[in-house]
This record gives sequence, structure tokens and C-alpha cells, in this order.
Amino acid sequence: MTALLDVHDLRVRFHSDDGVVPAVNGVSFSLEAGETVALVGESGSGKSVTSLAIMRLTPRSGCEVGGKILFRDGVERSDLLALPVEAMRAVRGNRISMIFQEPMTSLNPVKTVGEQIAEAILCHRAISRAAALDRAAELLDLVGIPEPRKRLENYPHHMSGGMRQRAMIAMALSCEPALLIADEPTTALDVTVQAQILELLKRLQERTGMAVVFITHNLGVVAEIADRVMVMYAGRIVEQAEVRDLFARPRMPYTRGLLRSVPNLVPGRGRRRFEAVPGNVPDPMHLPKGCSFHPRCQHFLPGLCDAALPALDVTEDGHLARCVRWREVASVEA
Amino acid sequence: MSDLAAALPAAREKPRRSRALRRFLRHRLAILGAIVIAVLVLGTAFGPHLIPYDDLHIDIRHRFQAPFLGPHILGSDQLGRDLLARLLMAGRVSLTVGFSAMALSTVFGTLIGATAGYYGGWLGTVLMRFVDAVLCFPTIFLLLALAAFVQPSVLSITLVVAATAWMEVARVVEGQVRALRDRDFALAAQVLGASDTWIVFRELLPNAIAPIVVAATLNVARAILLESYVSFLGYGIQPPVPSWGNMLENAQEYLSTAPWLAIFPGLAITLAVTSFNFLGDGLRDALDPRLDIA
Amino acid sequence: MTRYLVHRIGQNLLLLWIVSLISFAVLHLAPGGPLAQFALVPGLTQADLARIAHEMGLDRPLPVQYWEWFSRVLRGDWGRSYRDSQPVLSVIGSHLFATFELMITSTLVAVILGSWIGVIGAIRRYSVFDYLATVGAMIALSIPTFWFGLVVIYLFSVTLGWLPAGNLYTIGNGSFFDYLHHLIAPAMVLGLVTVAIWSRYMRASMLEVINQDFVRTARAKGLSERRVLFGHAVRNALLPMITIAGLQLPTLLSGALVAETVFTWPGMGRLFLDSIGYRDYPMVMGILMFSAVLVLLGNLLADLGYALADPRIRLT
Repeated sequence: MTALLDVHDLRVRFHSDDGVVPAVNGVSFSLEAGETVALVGESGSGKSVTSLAIMRLTPRSGCEVGGKILFRDGVERSDLLALPVEAMRAVRGNRISMIFQEPMTSLNPVKTVGEQIAEAILCHRAISRAAALDRAAELLDLVGIPEPRKRLENYPHHMSGGMRQRAMIAMALSCEPALLIADEPTTALDVTVQAQILELLKRLQERTGMAVVFITHNLGVVAEIADRVMVMYAGRIVEQAEVRDLFARPRMPYTRGLLRSVPNLVPGRGRRRFEAVPGNVPDPMHLPKGCSFHPRCQHFLPGLCDAALPALDVTEDGHLARCVRWREVASVEA
Repeated sequence: MSDLAAALPAAREKPRRSRALRRFLRHRLAILGAIVIAVLVLGTAFGPHLIPYDDLHIDIRHRFQAPFLGPHILGSDQLGRDLLARLLMAGRVSLTVGFSAMALSTVFGTLIGATAGYYGGWLGTVLMRFVDAVLCFPTIFLLLALAAFVQPSVLSITLVVAATAWMEVARVVEGQVRALRDRDFALAAQVLGASDTWIVFRELLPNAIAPIVVAATLNVARAILLESYVSFLGYGIQPPVPSWGNMLENAQEYLSTAPWLAIFPGLAITLAVTSFNFLGDGLRDALDPRLDIA
Repeated sequence: MTRYLVHRIGQNLLLLWIVSLISFAVLHLAPGGPLAQFALVPGLTQADLARIAHEMGLDRPLPVQYWEWFSRVLRGDWGRSYRDSQPVLSVIGSHLFATFELMITSTLVAVILGSWIGVIGAIRRYSVFDYLATVGAMIALSIPTFWFGLVVIYLFSVTLGWLPAGNLYTIGNGSFFDYLHHLIAPAMVLGLVTVAIWSRYMRASMLEVINQDFVRTARAKGLSERRVLFGHAVRNALLPMITIAGLQLPTLLSGALVAETVFTWPGMGRLFLDSIGYRDYPMVMGILMFSAVLVLLGNLLADLGYALADPRIRLT
């Protein structure tokens, strides 16, 4: 059974007056049906742009997208980047949906919630408006919003941030997509609400069997929700593994740095040192030669790490890392 | 779009290729405007000495001469006066009124706005409500009402035009001063014991100079236009003193027989006003790109 | 919504009061003041003038005079015209239709044409169309309206004979189409400025909306670009335009005056000009204040309209 989503060498470049900004530099990965993959990285790593590229929501002018994104819809596979515009619209919101970070501003303030959800349904299904509104109420109930029928008439400003995000999720799920892309959906929410939304997403996924690409910079969330993790840095994937494997055996120094940057708030329990990764994310227009992380890496070896871009090495079964010195790093840190 | 913004750390504040092109073009328009203004100023100042005809010279034998068809380049009017000469002399008046009215209205508007913005409180509110109330009167109605009450002369018309043009400047200045008042450098000056006047004039206003300059430039355009309106309607600059506005008023009568009498003064006004508008727009763009929403 | 409206009404009432103060001040500052009408009457001695002044209450303290004048104004007594002793308000009233006809037509044209230009300009930002539209708008705003009127008359009436050179309707005719025929030229002249202003504001509003998150969400739902732009973007961009429309009233009235002058249109603007010519002070002051009141009322209507249109205000 071929993968649901197969991304081959995705490249996204933006044209600005100062030159070309390579936001995504050859990202490849695949996703099986029902899987949850977390895309982790700091701001500027290219994770959001990757997701926008999959949806073909990148700006139309000044932006170049290259590569192949193969999506399996039922039996057929098609390259999303090569689809004609109309065909892509039929995919968006229907077979692949996306939810965004800011529930406050992601909904149209002058239309009712019910109207907006119904619109998403009517766009892809030939049913009556009344039926669409019924379905919208069902969906609001599904995402745990009390008094769903009443909520249909509400405007977004009547709802709290958490409720709005639930409504966004309802809207995204309205046509039963095979893939949901969640771009930092909980980052703008309170911690307790965050947990609720994650719980909801897990529940919905079990119920519908859809695959999820979850974008975040929060490793705690990753541990909660992901099956597999991909770490991105400077527009490339630098490590890929099953979630437990990644946390137990991070191979790439950047990943190790990320994990160590999470403060350990439980006192006395095998206290690790809190370490920040020194330096800053590189300017995408002036990426360091060779491995993009080498200026900040404590395992940097001149002549080796800055010579050529490392390929993704297989470290264990299902575990890839983009580091030429991963074996030495593993033995040092052990 | 926070995610895209994060993806373009270096490119974010830099305009894309086409926007830079557009900014350059706009600058070109602004430069064009500046050149035209310079030409107009020089032309009206020195032109009358360079052309063969005097604007007052009446030559009944050559009245209503169409442009380019005789000795008068732009034609002549009902009294045989050379149109070009009259245009240039009228330009002196119109441009003078424009600049002076701008100067007066900018100074007055800045004073009111700075006072309101700096002191705030009830004084600020009263002043700004007053400005709002004056803005309720349609400009031309106010202009005419005031102009009708005074003896028309270049000075009085300048004052009247200035009286209807200061409000926008006051608003702009009030906003700027109010925003800058609480900034650290102003507070520092206060702590050092600087007087209010010092703070306003030496600390705050210099930082607000950009929008004031833009407003002032656009105000010249406005003033020229307003002078033309009030003179056209008969309550502005009175003949025999020529202004572009009263030349148009004169031309109305002969519209069907000698349309050039109306076309050229109108073109002159449009040219002057457009140039100042282009210049002001270009300045706004150049001095503070954040103000550029167009 | 009530709180918003009460606040807006309060603000406007305050402005109305200040407007009345300004009007009163201008009235008394006019050369000769309220006694000017008598300056031309022969045979009046100083004693006579003093007596008249007393009868008119002009020797009372200014605040008292203001109060009496203001109460009269509130009751609808705005004085009488010097020309024909008709009550000022009723004379103004009889000229309102012509002015409103012009203003409303011009606004409609501005909204339709200006919105279209502004929206397309925003969608195709920096294109040739956008560049021409922007530069065109700036030039349009620099052209003296009355000059444009003369050009239009010369072109369409004198040369081509397509349109009448003025007046509300042709005597002897008076059909709906006749009115329309006469309306075209002045509306076009007034429309030059209104379309230019509206298109610029619409473009700015549209640009702001297009970059908002919810537009991206609409696209992510799979909606057609047309639906995204018109069902979501334009709809939201039109909202602040309601307020802008209100703010454009003074400009619209000024432009109407000029258009009425050039086209001998029997509206309030022309009445104003004529009254100045006749030194008919009560009329001049009356119209001046009336225009300000119109502006305030218009703004209030715009505020109300905005409150109703924006659910964030309507339902709070």
C-alpha cells in the first residue's frame, strides 16, 4: 500500500529585492494513512512554508515551488504541485484540510460560525443549505462545543479562543479529509485549553482514521500526539524517527540541543542541565557551507562538517539523521 | 500571516521587486512634480520679463486670437491681451497665495495641534473638538462666507484660504505629538527640567517633521485650488489683478467662442496642483514608508 | 450597540453645539453684523439704528443673545431672508431636492465605479491598471472641479450638443428622462472627485483585508478565488467604507456647490452663492449652519449604518 502523502525534494523559494530566499531546501518525507507526524523546528526552519506548499497556499507572485508532492486519493495518486487550479481546489478543504495558529483572526468576523462551516461543506458537497447547517451543528457537537445549534448563529467574537479553534477544527473536518495539517494550532492558546484541543484531535483522529501533520516548536506537544517526528532546520529535515526513538536516542546534535533546552521542572529526578543552543538561526540567504548547523554545534569538526551538505544517514531502523558525526556524538554523550 | 513572516526573516521588510519599481516610479513622479514646480516658479517670476508682451497691454485689433495662429503664442483675450503673459502674471499671484497660505495654515495648525497633543486633558479635547467642528463646514462654504466678509486683496484672500486649511495640519500634529509625548526621550527632557516650549519645539516636533512636511506640501496644492475656486466665484482676487481663478471666471462668458481662454488657465492650475500632490505623495513615501498604504 | 450609538450621538451633539457657537460668532463678526441690512436704508439716523438694535436685542450681553438665537434656531426659526422675507429654513428646504439629487447620484456612481476600480487595483496590485488608476485618481483630485465642468460643457453641450448646459430640467418638458438628461453632466463633474476618492480608499481597505488570516482560511477551505475575493474580502473591505462615506460629506457638499454654479443648478449651493451676492446674511448664515448640520446628520447615519452592518458592534 503506497503512502498517503509522498513529498519528494520540495523546494520553496521567495523572490525579494535582496535576492532569492530559500525557505525550503529539498524536503522529502512520506506519510501513511492514519499516522500523526510532527514537524518540529524553530521559527524560520521552513516548517510552516512546507505545509503551505502542500496546500498550494503559498503566494502566487514572488514564490517558486519545486519538487513533487504525491497524494494518494483512494486508488489514484497525483502530484499536487502539477494539478490544475480547479482540481487543487477540489482537494483543499475536502481531501486535505488545514487549521492555523491564530483562531482569533482566522475566522471571518462578519459571518456567523455556522455560515462559515456550511460554506466549507457546500463548496464540496451538493447538498442543500439546510442540510449543510445540520451537518455543521453535528460537527460542532463532535468537537465538543455545547449547544451546537445555538452556536451556529454566533459570530466569532462571541467565542473564546479555545472554542474558535474547535470551530476551526470542525470546519476542517467537515468533508472528512484524509489528511489534516495543523499549523501550531495550540500555540496561541492557554495551556489548559491546549491540552483539551490536543485531546480532541487525538480522539477525532482515532474516530476518522485521518492522517495528521502537526507543526509545532513545542516538544511536549510532540510527545503527546505524534507517532513520528521530523525535525527541520534551515529548510531541511535534519532528523526523522519514531517519537519514542527520537526522545530516547536523538542523533543529530541540533535535536539533542532542542531536547536539552526544555527545562526539567521536576526537581531531583535525574537532574539534567538546562542548556540553550548557542547562536541564532542562520539567515536563509546566507546558509553556512556544508551542514547548516555547524556554527552552533559543539561537535563541529572543521574540514568535515563544513565541507559538504550531509545526507540523511540511517542510524537505526526507521531513524534518519543528517549528521556525518552521529556515531561519535552518540558515544560521547552516552 | 505570522508563519510566512517567520519564513522570511531577511526578506520581510524589503519590498518585492515590483513594489520597489513602483516606489521608484512614484519617486519619478515626485521628481517630475518638483521639476514642474521649479519651472512654474521660475517661469512666473522671470517669464514676464522674457516675453514680448505685457499682460496689461490692450490690443483691440488682435483680440480673440486663437493659440498658435498669430503673434500671441497662447492666443489673446477679449481685450487683445496676451494670454501667456496674463497666465504668467496670474501665476505669480496664485502661487504666492498658495505658498503663503500654506505657511500660515501650517504654522497655525502646528501650534494648535502641538498644544492639544502635548497638554492633552480638557484643553486638548476642547481644541480637537473645535477642529472637528470646523471640519463639519464644507470647505468652500466656509471659504466663501469668510471671503465675502472681507475686502478682497491678496493678503486677505491668503488669510481666508489659510483659515480653511489649517485643520488637517492640526490633526496630524496633534496625533504625532500625543504619540511622542510619552516616549522616553521626552520624559528624559522633562526630568532634566526643560520647559514645555522647549520640549515641544526642540524635542517633539523635530521628530514629527516628516508628516508635517507632507501635510504642508499637500496644503500648497489645496491652497492653490481653493484660491482658484474663490476667485472663480468672484470673491477672491479681483481684477485687474490676475489670478488663474479669476481668469477662468472671465473666460466663462466666451466659452463657446474662445475656449482657449478657459483651457489654459485651468491647465495651469491642474499642472501646479498635480505637481504638488505628486511631490507630497512622493515625500510621504520616502519619509515614512509605513504611511504608505496605497 | 446602544452604548456605541449613544456615544456617537453624544459626540455629534457636542459638535453640533460647537458648530452653533462658531456660526453665531461668524454672524456677529460679519461687517456691520446683524445691522448690516439697515446700512443701506436711507434716512435712518443713529437713534433709529440704536432703537432697532435694542429691539433686536443687540445691546444685551452676548451669551444672552446667543441663547436667544439658539433657542430660536432649535424651534426652527432661522430668521428671514433679506431678499424676500421668506423664512430661511423653508427657502433652504425648497432647494434641497436639486442638491440631494446631485449628491446621491454622484455617490452612487462613486460607490459602483470607485469600488470596482479600487478592488481591481488591490487585487492586481502594481499592475498597469493599478498604476494608471492611482495616478489617474491623483490627477482627478487636482483638477479644479469648475474647470472640468466648463470643459464638459464645452465638449458635450457646445461642441457635440449631446447634453444640456445646465438647469434641472427643460421648461416644457420635465419628464423623468429629461431630469436624467440634465443630471448627467453635473453628476459626471461631481463624480470626478468622488470616484477618485472612493477608489483610493477602497483600494486601501481591500489591501488590508486581503492580507488577513481569514482570507487564507477561506482559500484553505477550497473556495474559488472569486468567492474568496468577493464573498469574504470585498464584503469586509466595504465595512469601513461606510464611515468613509460619512466623512466625505463636506467634500461632496463643496463639490456640489461648484457643480451647481457651473451648471446653473437650482440647489442649495447656488442659493448660497446668490445669497452672498445679495449680502443676504441670514440666508448665508442659515445655509452655512445647515450644511454643517447636514454633515453631522450624515455622519450619524453613517455611524448607525456601520453599527448595523458590523456584527461585532451590533451584537455586543
